[in-house]
Amino acid sequence: MELYDLTIHEAADRLARRELSSRELTQAVLDRIRQVDERVRAYVTVTEELALKQAEEADKRIASGNAAPLTGIPAAIKDLICTKGIPTTCGSRMLENFLPPYQAHVTERLLDAGLVMVGKANMDEFAMGSSTENSAFYPTHNPWDLERVPGGSSGGSAATVAASECIYALGSDTGGSIRQPAALCGVVGFKPTYGRVSRFGLVAFASSLDQIGPLTKDVTDCALVMNVIAGHDKRDATSAPLDVPDYTRSLIPDLKGIRVGVPQEYFVEGMDDDVRASIEAAVNKMEELGAEVDWEVSLPSTGYALACYYIIAPSEAMANLARYDGVKYGYSDMRGDSMWRNMELTRQHGFGDEVKRRIMLGTYALSAGYYDAYYLKAQKVRTLICREFDAAFQRCDVLVTAVSPTPAFKLGEKTSDPLQMYLSDVCTIPVNIAGIPAISVPCGFAPAEGGSASGGDGLPVGLQIMAKPFDEPAILRVAYAYEQATEWHKARPKL
Amino acid sequence: MAITREEVQHVAILFRMSLSEEDITRFQQQLSQILDYFQVLQQIDTEGVPPTSQPISLENVMRADEPRPSYPTEDILANAPLSERGFFRVRAVLE
Repeated sequence: MELYDLTIHEAADRLARRELSSRELTQAVLDRIRQVDERVRAYVTVTEELALKQAEEADKRIASGNAAPLTGIPAAIKDLICTKGIPTTCGSRMLENFLPPYQAHVTERLLDAGLVMVGKANMDEFAMGSSTENSAFYPTHNPWDLERVPGGSSGGSAATVAASECIYALGSDTGGSIRQPAALCGVVGFKPTYGRVSRFGLVAFASSLDQIGPLTKDVTDCALVMNVIAGHDKRDATSAPLDVPDYTRSLIPDLKGIRVGVPQEYFVEGMDDDVRASIEAAVNKMEELGAEVDWEVSLPSTGYALACYYIIAPSEAMANLARYDGVKYGYSDMRGDSMWRNMELTRQHGFGDEVKRRIMLGTYALSAGYYDAYYLKAQKVRTLICREFDAAFQRCDVLVTAVSPTPAFKLGEKTSDPLQMYLSDVCTIPVNIAGIPAISVPCGFAPAEGGSASGGDGLPVGLQIMAKPFDEPAILRVAYAYEQATEWHKARPKL
Repeated sequence: MAITREEVQHVAILFRMSLSEEDITRFQQQLSQILDYFQVLQQIDTEGVPPTSQPISLENVMRADEPRPSYPTEDILANAPLSERGFFRVRAVLE
């Protein structure tokens, strides 16, 4: 096995036994980036010099006996999480030259834990998209088939973990932006409960939906990263003032007494047959592991969640994006004859198509005469969706569904039809609407429709496991038990 | 539900964003299609249902309003396209 293929826990064991140095591991990952990133394009910025310096510090820390589980492990950070003095572009021309004057909360936490940052991961501009094709710089390619998308918006984060261009990554999830790319790239992606991880220093998209989470090679690694990033932070008023359990205690390899529900509405029209078969097989496996399965759970408002989301998220986004005025930071178009004209030009030329489209939707939905019909109506539907989840979690510990109704689609396949692109998030969006936690874990491969360029095993399929607010331990237990009973997480793409 | 060219332009002005002629044509068609899709919400009965603005109920979070150190002015102005004597500089606001 190559060093860059190691998980966090495998690498940490070797570092602790002094069989490996962070410097060697970091160099192996940087070499891997040089070898494959020309094809995958997972990074916007590679921070080689910084990574080697941090690796040397980590080696000193390990030698002094003060290592934490993440000390000296190379990671990628999605390019909308502020890293002091290091470009944080948000995948946008608007922030192409922006150097954050402060660290995000999660960056601070990782630095304290001994972070080695190898780079900033590509993404859809301002996290708006499901394919990473909306990056203002270049699209990222799926390591399992370079002609296909990695999903989005954290497509760079998912692709870099899948291609072993880092050991783990951070992403953000507003409507599926961690889970959908994790599923399409065959890695583990976790969206914690709204409020579980501080968003201080996360460039805001939709403030009642955004959440930061890890993308990792297995569930154990996911628990290790969660242990570092979760917890209260007074700089994010929505961060929950609750104690954080040790998530590694949830890694129990059986499911005795766990109640698993399968909501019927998530087997949506147009779902790929192989995806459906993989999900059903995964649920059967959980039953073998001791879970009690209820195949008849119903969440009747599921079909309304997508419309609800595409009103609420753009409305919040337009308020958040009003800060890009060409005055304080970012791109500035000064060809106009007044401050207002410059602001109009700055936004016209600084934002890409999808961002403009969502600003337009949000501004329309909140404008006089339409507020009640769109925004208020969507907020009421949101209440119904939350209530249905509450009722389901009275009877079930976790709910299990597909993450994406199809495996990775081809680059360019959906770019001209925004509504088709939005529909790829149909299974992940309800989770953000209700603020609950959910994970994506690999659960199979589907043969590539229309052929796979790499001619490999096919395309990864992801299983979604949801639980009630702050019950991350239930999700990690189910995900871990399932993972340990299967081999899917061990597959690596041939690059 | 069709949205007109004038409405597209009006919404862009509300946000202080200019659009090219091609943008307006494309957005008119795409936004009409998306707004049509939103009509699905009219089928669901929300009579007497309160709105949810934030999914995990938190109380208002208060803190004492006391002065405390902030970021150095020069750090904040380092990203500004134009600045002068410790201020952001803009073109004339009033014509």
